[in-house]
Amino acid sequence: MFRSLHIDPAKCTGCLQCELACSLEHTGEFNPARSRIRVFEFEHGLRNIPYTCTQCDEAWCLHACPVGAIGVDTLSGAKDVSAAVCVGCKVCVGACPFGTINFNPDSGKVDKCDLCGGDPKCAEVCPTDAIIYGDADWSGLDKMRQSAAMSLMGR
Amino acid sequence: MGWQQKVLRVDLNAGTCTTEPLNMEWAAQYIGTRGLATRYLMENMDPAVDALSPENVLIFATGPLGGTLTSTSGRYAVVTKGPLTGAIACSNSGGKFGAELKFSGYDLMIVTGKSERPVYLLIEDDEAKLINAEDLWGRTVWDTEETIKARHHSEDMKVASIGVAGERGVYYACIVNDLHRAAGRSGVGAVMGSKNLKAVAARGSRGIRVKDPLRFMKVVEEKNQKLVDDPGRRSLTKSGTLSMMNVMQEFGGLPTNNFRDVQFDGVAKVNHKAVREKRHGHRNLLTNKACFGCTIACGRIAHIDKNHFSVVNRKEYWHASGGLEYETAFAFGPVVGVDDLDALTFAGYMMNEHGMDPISFGVTLAAAMELYELGVITREQTDGIDLRFGNAEALTVMSEKTGKYEGFGRELALGSKRLCEKYGHPELAMVVKGQEFAGYDSRALQGMGLGYATGNRGACHLRHDTFAEDMEDVSGKGKAQPCKDSQDNVAAIDSVGICLFTASAWDLGDLADQMDAACEGTWTAERLREAGERIWNLERLFNMKAGLTAADDTLPPRMLKDPAPTGMAKGKVNELDVMLPEYYALREWSVDGVPTRALLQRLDLEAFALADSA
Repeated sequence: MFRSLHIDPAKCTGCLQCELACSLEHTGEFNPARSRIRVFEFEHGLRNIPYTCTQCDEAWCLHACPVGAIGVDTLSGAKDVSAAVCVGCKVCVGACPFGTINFNPDSGKVDKCDLCGGDPKCAEVCPTDAIIYGDADWSGLDKMRQSAAMSLMGR
Repeated sequence: MGWQQKVLRVDLNAGTCTTEPLNMEWAAQYIGTRGLATRYLMENMDPAVDALSPENVLIFATGPLGGTLTSTSGRYAVVTKGPLTGAIACSNSGGKFGAELKFSGYDLMIVTGKSERPVYLLIEDDEAKLINAEDLWGRTVWDTEETIKARHHSEDMKVASIGVAGERGVYYACIVNDLHRAAGRSGVGAVMGSKNLKAVAARGSRGIRVKDPLRFMKVVEEKNQKLVDDPGRRSLTKSGTLSMMNVMQEFGGLPTNNFRDVQFDGVAKVNHKAVREKRHGHRNLLTNKACFGCTIACGRIAHIDKNHFSVVNRKEYWHASGGLEYETAFAFGPVVGVDDLDALTFAGYMMNEHGMDPISFGVTLAAAMELYELGVITREQTDGIDLRFGNAEALTVMSEKTGKYEGFGRELALGSKRLCEKYGHPELAMVVKGQEFAGYDSRALQGMGLGYATGNRGACHLRHDTFAEDMEDVSGKGKAQPCKDSQDNVAAIDSVGICLFTASAWDLGDLADQMDAACEGTWTAERLREAGERIWNLERLFNMKAGLTAADDTLPPRMLKDPAPTGMAKGKVNELDVMLPEYYALREWSVDGVPTRALLQRLDLEAFALADSA
């Protein structure tokens, strides 16, 4: 089964457990500034939106990288940065339309979501299921179901 | 581990910021946050100084688990001498600021002296500097937060600031962070204002390490599951604290019309159900919201009906913001007799925007309403507002006037004690040590009364937990022991730097397991409990050195002489005379409430013994 992250901002309370788990997994420290998933708060906390790399099929970052540091993890399908190859030029940062690949001044390389090698910690700790790691085949299906239900309401 | 091991010292007289190592011996004895800051306060000031003088010291403190995956780990405490009480003030707050302070590289921040001109403090990854804030002086909390973020091009920055209330010395001004979370009680915002410190802005990427990450994550997962399964937690997520309104109404412990009554006719219009009812097609309550790291998410996000008189021509208040929880709802509702939900919500906005404690404001307004009813205060003095109980306009107008320090708001800024003394009726102030009661009547909840009377920061519902015992039996019997025990436990929970609401599912053992995996040394429930007792006694010693005595451990005559008119406690008064001597004995204090030398020796507090310690 091919899996992907499914994010439902309506369920997010803005607790940032995802950022803490992500940073621990990748840096060994609790450090939201180094998290590869970020939760943005809008309208005095009314809306909390978790945001991270969508793992584009034709990834801008991957194509832009001049040294070929970004590859595809065959197991999870994640676009993964090889720290050994990355030169920290940040061309990928400019190329990504969503801003989800970021320069890390501590390492001099770029960081992005690597789906934790197929076991994303953000989804594991999310207390409200706003982030789940599920079958990529049904991405969008829940929304489709909701829309379908709405279409019946006129009757 | 757990700590950054660094303290930031901000000398406002000299305009300097310096760094010093965290005293790890004190951290071992006082845990963090509330306890550790109290230890630092003792070292850095004379408790007898005026709370609003430059000699007072203002400490912001995080805890050892702060910024980790432990649920609710984002809390910080502000510890100083409180202007409202003349006692130790210790107000803690959630939101995201506390964790960010730690990520910026500092566990604690000690602010001394007074700046010549208004300044704000900026902390970014170990670097701290004071910046001129003359253009921010006079502006609201919301405006200040937005302006500072924009100036430094950082939406990620977290800001704690004061409004005009703090600048002008409203006795119960608070410090607000993240727009609607607050270090609320005892006037800590007025202390910040007296130092000409408008705001603290923090941003950082200094990660926090724990001793044994694998064990820590395993323990955290187990403890979080315990929280998930807890019915108390479920209720907090669903209804916030507001479901308490009906419980207190049924029991007859819901303070109404300045505590004359204990049940409120309008309760159905301001309870947890009312916030979900649609008016003009919209509910008051929009969603719930978590503080940093919190898996409970009791916070409420609400909005005011656009058609409501308070905002009908004021678009700037049509947006969502922090909504009602139990204490705000009691303080703007029953205790002032108002049952207009949108007026209550508007008053809440005013508290957050201008930086004031809703409990103290509401109970002060209630006292003013009783003085108005007696004819001691007249309509000429109240800017033409009819200050009778139940008048929603009196609530909305006065909450704004006080926040802006205008008109009759300047009188309300005094707090209940000073206001009632000024108008010759000190008995109408519903306070202990000058701080207003929370939303629980102490004739119905007897142990609550003992907790209020002995509270180190004055009347407070968050320094002990005798709730179960109080609901079981309306008398002073058997209340001293649980009051003392829970005071010690709460001091420990607060000092770990997490939210008291986890106590619904977690005991000290659950905290000790997490501490033990994260921090140096061996942590057990008993070690935490003993630290809690040490902290409680050190706070007591601060107060006694500040000039407080056993005579301050009391309740207003309304609680001790006027029987409850209705409810479970009908005909009863608070039995403090029974409980207090028992409590002193359990605490190993003299009959005059002074900690004995033997106790201080056991708790390693001998250095702070008073001259008259027996």
